[in-house]
Amino acid sequence: MKNSVEVKNISFSYGKTEILNDLSLDIKEGEFMVLLGPSGCGKTTLLNCIAGLLDLSDGQIWIEDDNVTWKEPKDRHIGMVFQSYALYPSMTVEKNLSFGLRMVGTAKKIIDDKIEKASNLLQINELLKRKPSQLSGGQRQRVAIGRALVRDAKVFLFDEPLSNLDAKLRAELRYEIKKLHRDLSNTMIYVTHDQIEAMTLADRISVMKDGLIQQLDTPKQIYNKPANLFVAGFIGSPSMNFLSAKFDKSNQYLLIGKKQINISKYENINNLIDDQEVVFGIRPENIKIEKNENSILCNVELVEPMGADTLVWTSIEGTPISIRLEGSSNYNLNDEINISFDINKSSIFDSKSEERI
Amino acid sequence: MKAIPSGRRPKHLTIGRIGMYCFILVCAIFFLMPLYVMVITSLKDMDEIRAANILNLPKELSFYSWPKAWSTACTGFVCEGLKPGFFNSIKITVPSVIVSVGLSAINGYALAFWRFRGAYFFFGLCMFGAFIPYQVMVYPLLKIEDALGIYSTLPGIILVHTIFGMPILTLIFRNFYASLPIDLFKAARIDGGNFIKIFFYVIIPMSAPITIVAVILQVTGIWNDFLLGLVFAGRDNQPMTVQLNNIVQVDYGVAEYNVDMSATILTSLVPLFVYFISGRWFVRGIAAGAIKG
Repeated sequence: MKNSVEVKNISFSYGKTEILNDLSLDIKEGEFMVLLGPSGCGKTTLLNCIAGLLDLSDGQIWIEDDNVTWKEPKDRHIGMVFQSYALYPSMTVEKNLSFGLRMVGTAKKIIDDKIEKASNLLQINELLKRKPSQLSGGQRQRVAIGRALVRDAKVFLFDEPLSNLDAKLRAELRYEIKKLHRDLSNTMIYVTHDQIEAMTLADRISVMKDGLIQQLDTPKQIYNKPANLFVAGFIGSPSMNFLSAKFDKSNQYLLIGKKQINISKYENINNLIDDQEVVFGIRPENIKIEKNENSILCNVELVEPMGADTLVWTSIEGTPISIRLEGSSNYNLNDEINISFDINKSSIFDSKSEERI
Repeated sequence: MKAIPSGRRPKHLTIGRIGMYCFILVCAIFFLMPLYVMVITSLKDMDEIRAANILNLPKELSFYSWPKAWSTACTGFVCEGLKPGFFNSIKITVPSVIVSVGLSAINGYALAFWRFRGAYFFFGLCMFGAFIPYQVMVYPLLKIEDALGIYSTLPGIILVHTIFGMPILTLIFRNFYASLPIDLFKAARIDGGNFIKIFFYVIIPMSAPITIVAVILQVTGIWNDFLLGLVFAGRDNQPMTVQLNNIVQVDYGVAEYNVDMSATILTSLVPLFVYFISGRWFVRGIAAGAIKG
């Protein structure tokens, strides 16, 4: 499949502060790419560079086989949706939607057609005569999406579009955006710090930190096989449990203080060397409460019922461990439990390089 | 019996509150007293003024000082009252305000949104320009205008007011625009706006509060100006303030205090009027910078 957007070795700095350094990223046609990372990781900067709102200090950006590095934002065939909606406050919804088309002198009839199509798609027909100040947050963001839609953009850029909405609306609009992508199959680049949005929407996620792409892969791979400690800790809520350990090659054990875990089933066990200092990572749902030859005895320290799930907290050698169980499970404080790890689904990281082994 | 706390908390008149009201009252009297004296003096005839009871109400109302101040009082050798000055002031103020506010809005917009090379330096220059006492620049400007052949002309005085108004107005506009969400500007750029289109279609419709502030500042500033009008306007375009001075500063004959008072009130009517009708918008405009849309 051909690439829709190609970011080639770009660098960007604010004065002397380097935000992006020699970053490359290819986005396939029709792909939903999510840029995910904590604030200050450079994801919004990258998006602004693609949009042409910031000038690169080095590198190139190609959109649809066209080198747009020096082109104005309006000539890049993009539509953008902002976290703050950025609707023009003095214009009605209709004028907001048509602004871009009016700027390039589109015929009135074509504008009306496009507005009707977009407003049907987003269910904002009723709102066309209103001003942005008379709309709720969710409606405003629909209009903002509509404004990008009307322009027949080849690439849609979303800059944390749902971050200003409450939880319920966020889920609702997330669903709408996913449906929109299914129906339009445009290339979409979506910036967020919300991993749920990233997991649910993305074809591929690029997890960023300090201006570098930490891992670029499908949501499944990123969740199950995180490339390093940062990705492992950032993705997943409640987050992955980490235990510092030492590898004992002869017994194929990980030693966690005085406790030991047999990891002979770990996929890349041959890459581990004797006495290697590692971090053992296991997601809360990959821990079972059952007694077997490889289980560890501990006490329940806290129970968090969350409806669908129940989170049980315990600890191993002083490190807190969370276990995700069915909502119906019933444990009390100080209960003794035997926990066993699903080694197949665990991740082991080198403690120095923090890379997955 | 003590009331059970429930519902709206009752208001009590505390000592602090009484003190505050007293303070406000004293301030009001302090600032209103001169106006009171001016108004009653303008309504007295000269005999009564000579009786020197400055705070007393007039025994007999006499209005003759008002038309005299407006149309027959002598300003130097001419005796046409303040009327020509009033129209001169309008001819000076209106174009100066329009040109300086318009240019400053564009400047502020460019400084806030289009971070061109040297923008910070230019911004610093504006700050500097806004706080230099303008007496320093009067003589060089006079020589420049003389060389350009517009010294002592209407365009000359308009140019001077525009120049002196722009640094502070540019600052005001820039700070207002900097407080607008930058995403709006980004969205407009993606939507196909260029420098001019974004300014006219997106930025100007949002500029009402700050434009009102700028217009009030400029109207009152230029209307009240004396020095620049005296130096640059020339004999034919003397603003009202300069003519008022000529009426009040008589070298010979009798000082007609009632005419002086009428003339002074007439001269200050425009700024007073501007403050009264626009005070509310002025406060709103000043506060607009702190309010998020």
